Amino acid sequence: MARMAGPDPRPGRWQVVTVAGRPEEVLPGGRWPEPLRRLGGAVEVEAGPAPGGRGTELAARPLDGELRLPGLAAHLIGDDPGRFVRQVLREAKQLAETGEVLRADRSRLDRTGVVG
Amino acid sequence: MRALCWEGVDALAVRQVPDPELRNSQDMIVRVRRSATCGADLPLLAGRIPYLAAGDVLGHEFLGEVVEVGPEVRRHRVADRVVVCAGIACGACWFCRQGLFACCDNGTTDAAAAESAWGQPTAGCYGHPGPLGGFAGSHAEYVRVPYADVGAFTVPDAVSDDRAVFASDAAPTGWLGTELGEVTPGDVVAIWGAGAVGQLTAGAAALRGAARVIVIDDHDDRLRMVERHVGAEPLNYRQVDVPAELRERTGGRGPDVCVEAVGMPAQRPGLLAGRLGGGADRPLALREAVHACRKGGTVVVLGTWTGFVDTFPLGAVMNKGLTVRSARQHGQRWIPMLLDRMARDELRTEHLATHHLPLERGPDGYALFRDRTDGCVRAVFSP
Repeated sequence: MARMAGPDPRPGRWQVVTVAGRPEEVLPGGRWPEPLRRLGGAVEVEAGPAPGGRGTELAARPLDGELRLPGLAAHLIGDDPGRFVRQVLREAKQLAETGEVLRADRSRLDRTGVVG
Repeated sequence: MRALCWEGVDALAVRQVPDPELRNSQDMIVRVRRSATCGADLPLLAGRIPYLAAGDVLGHEFLGEVVEVGPEVRRHRVADRVVVCAGIACGACWFCRQGLFACCDNGTTDAAAAESAWGQPTAGCYGHPGPLGGFAGSHAEYVRVPYADVGAFTVPDAVSDDRAVFASDAAPTGWLGTELGEVTPGDVVAIWGAGAVGQLTAGAAALRGAARVIVIDDHDDRLRMVERHVGAEPLNYRQVDVPAELRERTGGRGPDVCVEAVGMPAQRPGLLAGRLGGGADRPLALREAVHACRKGGTVVVLGTWTGFVDTFPLGAVMNKGLTVRSARQHGQRWIPMLLDRMARDELRTEHLATHHLPLERGPDGYALFRDRTDGCVRAVFSP
């Protein structure tokens, strides 16, 4: 039988990224890295060493399997908490690894007074 | 500034677009001196890549002069002449630390789109939409270069612009082909495709000591070029039975390493699915490579493939014990070495720039390149 992609039956599952560096570097003093810290009280976080020296597995999931986003965030992200948590984890990983979050080029619509 | 923009299916135009800006502290801005066409652009031009939007700037293989650096850029200064790797990689994630720069975790601004397409995000690439970075291309007067210390390399004075520009993409892709094939002295290497990547794969195989290098194409001018510059044996597939010829030239064994450097067809006429990124391509050269390769040999896929292929001979792969490998180039790993070889005259590439054009003639350059008219191997633009 073909396996079909569909809605995740566990939308509140753990989302995980692997971050270069040891757990004590990724979570110094046990503090959550930015921007994950801003989700304090809304998600739970776990971290542990990845096998083979691949870094730290950093995991987060909505508390009680549900993440209630404030109005604008909900509008931007939609109602997929897993996707939102994953995006935040990716940003935390980029910050830890490169020191900044890669920003897209500004679109011409973002700028005023440009000729098209 | 002026830039060559995609306007729609098979439509390009040079337009006025906003100048690039420093958006991250590791960015720099480069004034482009040379920017080459590449086969990877043709599916974009044909509208076969989802996410591309009218007004997007094409081009990813380029060389230029630094005009502005971000506060965290350490290796480059204003006025440096640099060649920039076509792939955008952070240099810090686990994959980059293994030298797998094309597999970078942090090279795209739309990782979700890449995960949707391929399961995981990969490195970005200039002049490609979302899943491959979403960064403006190099067929422009200026380009923003993210992770500048990782992806840009100062060009030795002894290396001309026309030679060094190919260190951005075609030369590291050719080197990648021989790395993946683990080419060693005594090997027979067969390469399908005599474009710039095929020719530079042949050159890399010769530098690594291959006993015989055979290149297959149907353009005699390209075959003559690779024969003259690399000493490779040309095979015109319209004139010979390629599998029979390869058996004869390899004592019946088949080539040890077979490299497909053709890629997906730019067009899939008549299929709406092709325009929408769906459907499947028929990898004819790849099928022939699998069929020809010796038992236990390696088939390397270098051509640009973005979606699915149909009628792939998996049975031959299994029964002959083949290894099939593929990647986008990890140029950050090899560009310094390639520039050194260029400076020592071991690696010559300028003949691949068959057509030098001003940026304003970008649409003409792509027409020449796409249709392979007038002996065009690569059109190179100077903004």
